[in-house]
Amino acid sequence: MSAPPSPLVGPALLRVRNLKTYFVTEHGKGTARAVDDVSFDLYPGETLGIVGESGCGKTVTSLSILRLVPEPPGHILPGSVIEFEGRNLLALPAPELRAVRGNQIAMIFQEPMTSLNPVFTVGDQIAEAAIIHQHLSRRAARARAIDMLRLVGIPDPDERVDHYPHQLSGGMRQRVMIAMALICHPKVLIADEPTTALDVTIQAQILELLDRLQQELGMAVLLITHDLGVVAGHADRVVVMYAGRVVETAPTERLFDQPTHPYTEGLLAAVPRIDAPRARLHAIPGQVPAATAWPSGCRFRPRCPYAWEKCQEEPGLLETGSPGHTARCWLVTEPERRQVKR
Amino acid sequence: MTPGTWLALIIALVLAGEIVRALRHRALKGGRDRWRRFFKHRTTSWGVGILSFLVIVALAAPLVAPFPPNDQLGIVQLKNQPPSWTFILGTDVLSRDVWSRVVWGARVSLGIGTLGALVAIALGTLVGALAGYYRRWIDPALMRTVDVGLALPRIFILLMVVALWDGLPFVALVLAIGLTSWFGTSRLVRAEVLSLRERDFVVAARALGADGARVIFRHVLPNAAAPIIVSAALSVGNVLLLEAALSFLGIGVAPPDPSWGNMIADGASTIYSAPWTTLFPGLAIALVVMSLNAIADGLREALDPREEPS
Repeated sequence: MSAPPSPLVGPALLRVRNLKTYFVTEHGKGTARAVDDVSFDLYPGETLGIVGESGCGKTVTSLSILRLVPEPPGHILPGSVIEFEGRNLLALPAPELRAVRGNQIAMIFQEPMTSLNPVFTVGDQIAEAAIIHQHLSRRAARARAIDMLRLVGIPDPDERVDHYPHQLSGGMRQRVMIAMALICHPKVLIADEPTTALDVTIQAQILELLDRLQQELGMAVLLITHDLGVVAGHADRVVVMYAGRVVETAPTERLFDQPTHPYTEGLLAAVPRIDAPRARLHAIPGQVPAATAWPSGCRFRPRCPYAWEKCQEEPGLLETGSPGHTARCWLVTEPERRQVKR
Repeated sequence: MTPGTWLALIIALVLAGEIVRALRHRALKGGRDRWRRFFKHRTTSWGVGILSFLVIVALAAPLVAPFPPNDQLGIVQLKNQPPSWTFILGTDVLSRDVWSRVVWGARVSLGIGTLGALVAIALGTLVGALAGYYRRWIDPALMRTVDVGLALPRIFILLMVVALWDGLPFVALVLAIGLTSWFGTSRLVRAEVLSLRERDFVVAARALGADGARVIFRHVLPNAAAPIIVSAALSVGNVLLLEAALSFLGIGVAPPDPSWGNMIADGASTIYSAPWTTLFPGLAIALVVMSLNAIADGLREALDPREEPS
């Protein structure tokens, strides 16, 4: 793990500002505000974790960055800004956007089983980005693909390059996905739940591989996950999302030491601990509301143990005083309220 | 029929049989599961055999046809002769040898069938892929066009087109048939593309920076190959029937050149006194269509991804 670049110096590589991605639901009955005013920065070389429950907008955020949200029914609202190296990706014409995809910003997906095209060999698929962006000949691209397979730790790359996806195990396929994403040495890698579909030992191997490659290639990683253990071990900073909003951002250590937002607190309490006395696992009551009907005021209010009248009005992201730590909660201004559970 | 033509005919039969035998042998011995599934039903073998025989005969027309197809061998004494050793399928009302005309007609009919189906499948696939992949306004625009195309009687459209020409050249006929036969295919392909475009590997390809054409031709369509191929096999039969219908109406292949359709048309007036003039070209059409259906069934069996071991 690279040393946390804190305080963060230099300009951000990727700036997301006021990102709003809405979906028009079936029959036009309502609008699902899947991502509702999300802002964060990604600095060169760092790993930024985005955590939250299912349905809180993590994946839609990641898809929005490369404009891969299916349209219709989805659309990114005007006023949203995704700035990469000074250019707003949301305003880029299609050919320029394609030149960024896979070349400057690459992405790996959750499901290695379905993210590979079943009718082509893995070598063809790894080589694809190199052929698109660097106009390599087929032979040169194939050689690069073999190098990439070696880099991601697949044994017998010369043979594996001609295998079809169905001949590989899940872990191998995820390695192939990583090789595909990294062949052009992107500056940003978006990893959307890269290990969710894998079993625990493979999960650890893949995450270690990502760490190693990040150091070798010096890229920034946006690590999207619901697994706080993954975040603790691999992210420098964390963005916690709830109900389409960022509710807390902090350096990883700070977040685990002093979670401020009750949602983060609840998430941390819900992690089983090996060193704590055995007790019933904590669960946050209720579930994420539907994206078509977020609660008014603070969106966590219905599930929050501390909620009081003031929470009918939603706070902005408030500075907690610790560098780089903000939370969208009135408890920041009235910490004594934390004693009063309802 | 001279000994030479008999010999050529026998060679053609043996060759067709050998092709089937060799294919089956390779399929059953070789490891590929999908070819074993292709030959699962006996009818598929028959389809392949009959079709290969007809194709060989069409290609070798000068060898297996004893007479030039358009020659009137004796307009007074040799017209409407029943099948005999000299004229194995008889002669028609203009004293032409039916067998020779069936053989030469195979070239025309199979040619139009194949080329017309090719045009139809290519266009249908393209339209279906564009509509299914791009959605937005393209999808409704193209699909409403298809609705109109399916709603209008095809014969009627073709009659209009053909009315503009006098004696349609071969290429124009192929195009006219191909350009009016793609509607069904485009719907099929669109449905397939609609489901494929949401698949993870398509999103992954777009995330790599692939443009629309690359995504469609490399990632979407190869995965839709199975229904397209099956539809192509069936479509050859349909186009063949359409050509027959057009020629029967006298707007297809221009006489005196034989096609199976205009042979039936020529023989229609003497169907009671000389049934062989219509029976044999009709039989040829039926055989081809049935063979293609059997082959399509085999292809469906072979290409069905649900049976693919993962």
